[in-house]
Amino acid sequence: MSWLGPEEWQAVALSLKVSIWASLVTLPFGIFTAYALARWQFPGKQLINGLVHLPLILPPVVTGYLLLLTFGPQAGLGGFLQQFGMSFAFRWTGAALAAAIMGFPLMVRAIRLSIEAVDPKLEQAAATLGANPFWAFVTVTLPLILPGILAGVILAFAKAMGEFGATITFVSNIPGQTQTLPSAIYAFLQVPGGESAALRLVGISVAVAMGALILSEVLARRAARRLGGL
Amino acid sequence: MLEVSLRQPLDGFTLDLSFEAPAGVTVLFGGSGAGKTAVINAVAGLRRPESGRVALNGRVLFDLGKGLWVPPHRRRLGYIFQEARLFPHLTVRQNLLFGRWFAPRGAVREDLDRIVTMLGIGALMQRHPVALSGGEKQRVAIGRALLSSPDLILADEPLAALDEARKEEILPYFERLRDELKVPMLYVSHSAAEVARLATSVVVLKDGQVQRQGNAAEVFGDDRVMPTGVRAAGALLEARLLRHHPDGLSELDAGGVSLFLPQVQQAPGSLLRVRILAQDVILSRHRPEGLSALNILPAEVEQIRSGSGPGAMVSLKTDAGRVLARITRRSAQALELSCGTPCYAVVKSVAIARSDVGGAVPVDD
Repeated sequence: MSWLGPEEWQAVALSLKVSIWASLVTLPFGIFTAYALARWQFPGKQLINGLVHLPLILPPVVTGYLLLLTFGPQAGLGGFLQQFGMSFAFRWTGAALAAAIMGFPLMVRAIRLSIEAVDPKLEQAAATLGANPFWAFVTVTLPLILPGILAGVILAFAKAMGEFGATITFVSNIPGQTQTLPSAIYAFLQVPGGESAALRLVGISVAVAMGALILSEVLARRAARRLGGL
Repeated sequence: MLEVSLRQPLDGFTLDLSFEAPAGVTVLFGGSGAGKTAVINAVAGLRRPESGRVALNGRVLFDLGKGLWVPPHRRRLGYIFQEARLFPHLTVRQNLLFGRWFAPRGAVREDLDRIVTMLGIGALMQRHPVALSGGEKQRVAIGRALLSSPDLILADEPLAALDEARKEEILPYFERLRDELKVPMLYVSHSAAEVARLATSVVVLKDGQVQRQGNAAEVFGDDRVMPTGVRAAGALLEARLLRHHPDGLSELDAGGVSLFLPQVQQAPGSLLRVRILAQDVILSRHRPEGLSALNILPAEVEQIRSGSGPGAMVSLKTDAGRVLARITRRSAQALELSCGTPCYAVVKSVAIARSDVGGAVPVDD
């Protein structure tokens, strides 16, 4: 990739790393939350639902600042986690956390919709055939919601690639550490003569986004075919 | 033996009943909204009633008085639902074997090939449910329930979603479950024709209560408990198929009386159960002559029952068994019928539909 400068290349690689981690690590939590919201009745369900969706409607800067207050080195939770070697402030892990929080509502929405489309009567049928709730989920529900899970992961990944406000507020804009693709574009636009570098990164952004979309389409179609034309 | 006692408030009434289901097929018979599905779902463990106890062959499935509730996946019951509920992402073969993954080690395994042959689904094994017809789906669902090695089969109106032709296609398979595999079954239905074909014993439900319980012939002889109305009332006769005649009739022997029916599919020698609707029976004081009807049974009036309506239900003793005739009160008076009056019951052959004839329930089983 000789046409990319080292700083630009760094930003691209970091963004990919941050986004992949953000979308994959949140996946189990996303599936669990989506299942709970779709299938279970419990007190405080609306509160959980609201909390999950909050990053979608809050200004990203506010989310970033709240993350800083919670996970910053001076904050209680941040200091506590630091004892176990988990540090988020001004590190790529912080960027991944911010991206994960921002992408979470999109992931949960997509998976929840697909769970709600699966007839709970199928899980009942699995139960009468001897499958406990865990195995009924693994053998019946999970394969049926695979397209929804793929859509959720791709959405979260794309959101993570584009995340800017919360990231820059929480972990700043340090090249090589926390300077993701959008932060880099922003930085290049702030200096004279940076337009061409910015434009190259914009091109990469568009290509990655399109690639993700096409990949999700292909995977979803293949999954649908496997389900016998559902 | 299945022992059921339940209490559960439902829309507009309270389910409050207890009954025992002997071996064979016990049909929960009632109109829609009688609480049948609530009963079967409580037995399956899909819905927890307010209170009650269910035990199968001495094994307690739940006893809410003692806080005992076995979750559905540990009850070992095969449930055949109204809408097949096949898993769309699995092939027919994988659907059939689904229950086997979870069956306890050492459970008696039904032989896959035997069930597949019995249900005639060998050619469908690699297909997905989306490529099956309604009748095929239901046959696969039957096989799937059987292959999970259940102690009892539950069936909730498994034919209700099918058209008449498909019903005729599936009913014989349920008869074979009853007669060949001898699987105990709790079967929910609102169709008198189905009940007449399948039931060993019948539990009639109305508004959440057991209105009547007994063997099929007894219950069908009592038009007052017919949830589908008096038109469905009729007698069940057991008869042996003697021969097929070349003119398309089948001759049966019922207690020494010959019955002629439109050709049935069974082989001569097989035991059949024939349902004769009360409204299809004509009474005559003298043996009629020059009459087109082929079945004329010498009879004796056992009982006449009438209400405020124009109709009267006459119960008759014949050599073939008890026959019911629904006539008008006016005719009953004109014929001077009373208990003990000898008369003749006349049934047109063509009035007996093929769906009214099925394999008989072995009497002592």
